[in-house]
Amino acid sequence: MTDTADRLDAQSIQGVVIRFAGDSGDGMQLTGDRFTSASALAGNDLVTLPEFPAEIRAPQGTLAGVSAFQVHISDHDIHTPGDEPDVLVAMNPAALMSQLGRLKSGGTIILNTDAFDERNLEKCGYEVDPRDNGTLDDYIVHEVPMTSLTLGAVEELDVKKRDAERSKNFFALGLISWMYTRPLEPTIEWVNEKFAKVQTVVDANVMALKAGHAFGETTEMFGDQYEVAAAPNEPGTYTNITGNVATSWGMVAAGQLAKLPVFLGSYPITPASDILHELSRHKNFGVRTFQAEDEIAAAGAALGAAFGGHLAYTTTSGPGVALKGETIGLATSMELPMVIIDVQRGGPSTGLPTKTEASDLFLALYGRHGESPLPVVAAYSPSNCFDMAIEASRLALKYRTPVIYLTDGYLANGAEPWKLPDVDSLPDISVSFTTEPNGDNGEFLPYLRDEIGSRPWAIPGTAGLEHRVGGLEKANVTGNVEYDPDNHGLMTDLRQAKIDGIANDIPLAEVDAVDGAKILLVGWGSTWGSIKAATERLREAGTPTDRVHITHLNPFPSNLGDILRAYDHVIVPELNKGQLIQILRGKYLVDAKGVNKVKGLPFTGGEVVEAVESIVAGTSQGVSL
Amino acid sequence: MTDVTLDPTKRGYWTSDQDVRWCPGCGDYGILAAMQFLYADLAADPDTEVSKENTVFVSGIGCAARFPYYMNTYGMHTIHGRAPAIASGLAAARPDLDIWVVGGDGDMLSIGGNHLIHALRRNVNMKILLFNNQIYGLTKGQYSPTSEVGKVTKSTPMGSIDAPFNPLSVAIGAGATFVARTHDLDRKHMMATFKRAHEHRGASFIEIYQNCNVFNDGAFDAVTKRAARDEMMIDLVHGEPITFGAESQRGIVVDNGTAEIVEIADVDSSRLLVHDEGRDDPSLAFALGQLAHDRQSPTPFGVFRQVERPEYTDGVTNQLLAANEQQGPGDLHALLHSGATWDVN
Repeated sequence: MTDTADRLDAQSIQGVVIRFAGDSGDGMQLTGDRFTSASALAGNDLVTLPEFPAEIRAPQGTLAGVSAFQVHISDHDIHTPGDEPDVLVAMNPAALMSQLGRLKSGGTIILNTDAFDERNLEKCGYEVDPRDNGTLDDYIVHEVPMTSLTLGAVEELDVKKRDAERSKNFFALGLISWMYTRPLEPTIEWVNEKFAKVQTVVDANVMALKAGHAFGETTEMFGDQYEVAAAPNEPGTYTNITGNVATSWGMVAAGQLAKLPVFLGSYPITPASDILHELSRHKNFGVRTFQAEDEIAAAGAALGAAFGGHLAYTTTSGPGVALKGETIGLATSMELPMVIIDVQRGGPSTGLPTKTEASDLFLALYGRHGESPLPVVAAYSPSNCFDMAIEASRLALKYRTPVIYLTDGYLANGAEPWKLPDVDSLPDISVSFTTEPNGDNGEFLPYLRDEIGSRPWAIPGTAGLEHRVGGLEKANVTGNVEYDPDNHGLMTDLRQAKIDGIANDIPLAEVDAVDGAKILLVGWGSTWGSIKAATERLREAGTPTDRVHITHLNPFPSNLGDILRAYDHVIVPELNKGQLIQILRGKYLVDAKGVNKVKGLPFTGGEVVEAVESIVAGTSQGVSL
Repeated sequence: MTDVTLDPTKRGYWTSDQDVRWCPGCGDYGILAAMQFLYADLAADPDTEVSKENTVFVSGIGCAARFPYYMNTYGMHTIHGRAPAIASGLAAARPDLDIWVVGGDGDMLSIGGNHLIHALRRNVNMKILLFNNQIYGLTKGQYSPTSEVGKVTKSTPMGSIDAPFNPLSVAIGAGATFVARTHDLDRKHMMATFKRAHEHRGASFIEIYQNCNVFNDGAFDAVTKRAARDEMMIDLVHGEPITFGAESQRGIVVDNGTAEIVEIADVDSSRLLVHDEGRDDPSLAFALGQLAHDRQSPTPFGVFRQVERPEYTDGVTNQLLAANEQQGPGDLHALLHSGATWDVN
């Protein structure tokens, strides 16, 4: 292939941030995803940020319909999708208009000029063609008639013009692949597999891809090619993984590690549906997926399966958690294991279904009536979703409790390279069903607790252990319906003590520390990458800064209070209006300051750095972006 | 004396040690007794296999929903309206279990209407008992979705203004494969009906006329009191012409899709409707269900409909087997390596 030869002349760069943007129907997510996969196979470190509208097809050519995919590839360890793109691929005027402000000054723009007609310019509100009035003077602009070049490339095929035009994203991908010396083979292989049923689509896409590549090579428009070398990484086998796939595989793995069949009750909701889709493909693991009639039934079915002895999950996003609240409360009362996975999105209400936010922490912790404590854990990166799915399952099974596991839209759809774990190194999370009576008189006592406060899990089919569980308050030990006031107080305390005791069964919080740091950044969830990047930049700028990231949000690691009290400045960046910070201030009486952003987007590293600097300088008591 | 709690053929074996806490005189007592006697009979029947460890009663909230506490089997007393959904999950996970769902008219048709219709649509293998007393009992007497229009209750002092559900119409409309009606005063009829449901593969729906003697006493007296039965209860027998009355003098004809009561003497006997439970088309069952449009009309009892349709949990099991055959048994290492991978040395 030509691309191996090209590499000899390529100019080496440390990394690049590319943003693909176009109409919802232009296939930008696919383009970004393919470029990401090729880069992953080349060994780059990478972080992605897909951004798409909630509408399946917003009106064509409008600002509302712009779909974008940002990918940051690097020859070293990186943590964010990049503050500002170096390169913007804009498939139409709306994409240019909506994305230009993000582009780095002096950055490169590749335009599909065929889309720059009067109608498209008008649709997004350009009165004058931005190519003609100096708007783009600060950038390096490459004008490429991608649509017509694509049509030319596939001319020999018997496809309608409208269909042929749809391959223009592969032309763009071919061009960018040439610029950054990415091999085409993985994409060609993928196209062959994906569109195997329609040979003309395979042919058109491959021809367009090659044409884009050849265009870069033969025109003198682009000058240099660039190469981003592989990032030094620990030896091992890697794959590129998104958070939702990692969560799904974590659920399958947890079933294997627990030696239990997996049951998922779910109702489609953005951005969690992909977990339902992925799990439905793995029935050969004994995984049962139940697409319920609503969110409530999805949680209910999972609880029913848990009573039957399955490792039960329900997956959803914020609105679904609100609906499942009563069932989760029942699970805390019945003390049955189940995991509720909340892929958070912008709220309130329908909010921003396709955008990220981390504003369900209070909902997870407190979103039920009565005293109904439960463990809450959160993943911090796409690949970490695998580990946290297993951890949530471990806690649920061991402590016979519902567990809420939080991810978010950024983790769910974002991708990163993942060093695949050795299956044999994964933890054994199996528990035993109770099979014999546990009472002194040969009776079965369903609420007789063990040393960690967990009750027996005796499943239907076990002779001699027939019992009834319900949402009415239960007498301690026997589990019979009981209204006695003191018993209710006791049961409330026992349920709380069981959850609190989990603090002894989770890792201590680990501080990423340097000498002399008086600043501590405290994060949870998907802000991990941004906070890590910010910490490194602050250190490079001469401000020693420490960092702690909390994966267990209820209960907290037992050393968290001591850690917080050791710093002059405790700063808590969150993608909400200050939820973790309120708990930390209330629980540990530390004067923490918040950095908050609720814009449907993750923090950039730069935003966190600036906010920390202004708080430490005393010019701000907290930053709301 | 033998210990009845050790003999599966005795009612005591199926009775839990919990005190029953329904109001004295409640129709629920009769239903509970019928169920316990049925299981004693089933245990004695060499052709039927039942065990208390494999039997689960799942309920929602309401007076009827206390039912599981009183059966010496596994049981879940859950949340208002959700029992069919919770039981569906249990059935999908554990198709080996013998599952009953118990609820009242508020539980099943108001807050839980959605779950009821979907359980019936999916044809999940379970028996759903709807205790219809046409009133909210546990919350002390508000009108329910099966109360007659004009019902004066605490929440409707000027009379209710919304039309009631006909539970059988809802069930038949949702595609239920087994639909029956019985009442709390006739233990034998209840036992026979429950037994038929137990034998059915798929979702069974049984409406039980149940008297709430505190908040809606005598709601069904005009139909189910012993003295009224001959003239007011229409016994459905598969394959037989539908007749009723002290002298079996009345029958049913279907005219333009509507079932009508006629004097047999007035019509040609070939016009009399012969009951066919197994008729695939649900329109006749629906028409029979619509026959009793108030509490003063002759009302059909028995099995309205019993048809075969693929059962949901069988589908679940079959897909697991097919996936195992096509993809081989799950291999976690292979799953993790199923995407594009690269090695770093």
